Amino acid sequence: MSEEKIKAPDPISELKVSSDPEPSQDSTEGSELINRRGFVQGTVGMLAAMALGSCSWQEFFQNNFRRMTKEEIEQTVERLQAEYKQKYGKDFVVDAEGPIDGTFYGYALDIQRCIGCRKCVYACVEENNQSRDPQIQYIRVLRFKDGDMDLEHSTIYYDPEEVPEKGYYYLPVQCQHCENPPCTKVCPVQATWTEPDGIVVIDYNWCIGCRYCMAACPYMGRWFNFADPVIPPDKINVNTHYLGNRPRMRNVVEKCTFCIQRVRKGRYPACVEACPVGARKFGNLLDPNSEISRIIQTKRVFRLKSELNTQPKFYYFFSI
Amino acid sequence: MRQFLVGAAQRIIKGPPLYYVWVVFLLVMIAVGIGAYVRQLEVGLIATGMTSYVSWGFYIGNFTFLVGVAAAAVLLIIPAYVYDFGPIKEIVIIGEALAVSALLMCLMFVTADLGRPDRAWHLIPGLGILNLPSSLLGWDIVVLNGYLFLNIFIPGYIIYRAYNNKQPNMSFILPFILLSIPWAVSIHTTTAFIYNGLAARPFWNASILAPRFLASAFCSGPALIILLFQLVRRYTGFHVKDEALFKIAEMIAVAMAINLFLLGAEFFKELYSDTHHLSPMEYLYVGLQGKGRLIPWIWTAFAFNVTAFIIFLIPYTRKRYITLNIGCVLIITGIWIEKGMGLIIPGFIPAPLGEVWEYAPTSIEILVAMGIWSIGALVLTLLLKIIIPIELGEFTRYSNVTRGVPSPGL
Repeated sequence: MSEEKIKAPDPISELKVSSDPEPSQDSTEGSELINRRGFVQGTVGMLAAMALGSCSWQEFFQNNFRRMTKEEIEQTVERLQAEYKQKYGKDFVVDAEGPIDGTFYGYALDIQRCIGCRKCVYACVEENNQSRDPQIQYIRVLRFKDGDMDLEHSTIYYDPEEVPEKGYYYLPVQCQHCENPPCTKVCPVQATWTEPDGIVVIDYNWCIGCRYCMAACPYMGRWFNFADPVIPPDKINVNTHYLGNRPRMRNVVEKCTFCIQRVRKGRYPACVEACPVGARKFGNLLDPNSEISRIIQTKRVFRLKSELNTQPKFYYFFSI
Repeated sequence: MRQFLVGAAQRIIKGPPLYYVWVVFLLVMIAVGIGAYVRQLEVGLIATGMTSYVSWGFYIGNFTFLVGVAAAAVLLIIPAYVYDFGPIKEIVIIGEALAVSALLMCLMFVTADLGRPDRAWHLIPGLGILNLPSSLLGWDIVVLNGYLFLNIFIPGYIIYRAYNNKQPNMSFILPFILLSIPWAVSIHTTTAFIYNGLAARPFWNASILAPRFLASAFCSGPALIILLFQLVRRYTGFHVKDEALFKIAEMIAVAMAINLFLLGAEFFKELYSDTHHLSPMEYLYVGLQGKGRLIPWIWTAFAFNVTAFIIFLIPYTRKRYITLNIGCVLIITGIWIEKGMGLIIPGFIPAPLGEVWEYAPTSIEILVAMGIWSIGALVLTLLLKIIIPIELGEFTRYSNVTRGVPSPGL
């Protein structure tokens, strides 16, 4: 059963672009990368079993991020950095930086340009420290036949020699960072919320793993760590944010954060930078002259499942 | 109090051989269940068949079914206390004991489903954050615990008075009894609203869900009660009148009629309008994109429910124990399928982006579930072992008579 779960997303590898001179990178998969932590077997009893995953008392009693004082945040960050150093043998930066004043982020994706190469998918995985086994990917690239936009007819499992394919178009979907998010509303413990700059985040240390948010999300924007996330130490990204790409633990939910660790430092999300055709646009909705604002003003845009009134800050548009 | 506890402990320890066999059987099942749960804690929820596509499964299905069983105690409370129907009044406390064990099982199933049970304290207001009023799961925790309290407090009080050879003070307890009626409706409505409120899941996002929940709950819970009462009558000296059982069966017939009617209404709306809202139902009844693990199950449930409805509708079959009991078993199984897996899984299929990803419980999930059911059965057995002698006047502050041989009923 679990094997099936791990193997399933395999056909979703990064694809070769027809005009791309460099060879496509190997997708990160395969058992040689697996470096499962050895566990003390849980014969010690239930409490010990619960405590697995190196749960210290400080971790157990850790407060919700939004209720922490500045000092508590500093202590937590220090503790996490030490924990990650022990686990991955590297020095981590765990930011807890707040939003930049006057920012409210939006995203736009040019359907006409997207070629379905999945470079964004893998750039995202590398940037955001998703588990490679079992695989977690925040972005799903849906392939549609020309003339059809029915989600039930779409597929994420396409594997041609080269992309784009004739007769098809592509629609990548990730967390839509809704203005009226159904996911944060249902969380029984307020472990997930919208930040003032519009990013929907999760406190991985507060999530109880009930998965109600996953049932509530109409976009498959949320993913659950069913097992201990496995990331090869040489692939780990040490520049992290508390609410973003810091290493996660087992049995909690995670999601796209617009690369909070990058955008709060004025950089673009990894998927925007990775896109070889410039189909991905990101910026400040409050600035009327930003690229994102200009696109919304001047192009034909639409939002996915707008009938659900989720009001995504993720727009799709046609460049021509 | 000490005297009561000692007496109760003695009563729990002593019993006929069959009692020991039963308790040991349950204890073994519980041990197996705990073993499976420890395994799940060790490796994570990957031990289950759940995925990010179908993120709730067998545990939540059983939880939903059991909320219905718990809510059904109200079907005894209304005739007993509101209409003063004698035959049921005598047996209502046993129905409440069933509700207590069902509620405990509900809470255990939700806990088994939690990824991080070590963080369950985050739900405690003040210490943690209970996200009220916006989270329906938050509300469900409140109403389930409130109902658990009422169902321990009311029979606890009546039993305590009986233990002291006193009649209960009705003017004190009646407000609590009356409160428990809307409260029973609320636990079921709130549980339905957990699913109902999600626009992302068209299968659940239909206003008919909460009414159907109630109707099906008033089938399965009372059916369980009819079987339980016959067992109690057979193995203890507790008297249960035939009229009480037949009255309950009559109520089941009405509830099942409503349940089937609502199902028909749902069928019409989905089939006639023929939109994508139909897809989950298609998956459930005929399969979608060549996948349909639940098809044999749901048709079994459908056949069972219709057959049981006919049995309960006709007075001749309703009032004969063979057919009555067959009907009860059919209803319990039928509703367990329909409202367990049959309700939860199609909510996730197809996934919001159109993928059809199936689910089946793993052996770990099945063993954990059996363990939880066994804990529920054990709690119920022990409760009845204490409650029934008190009700019979055999076990009071002044006398503690133990029967030598259990007298067969009938």
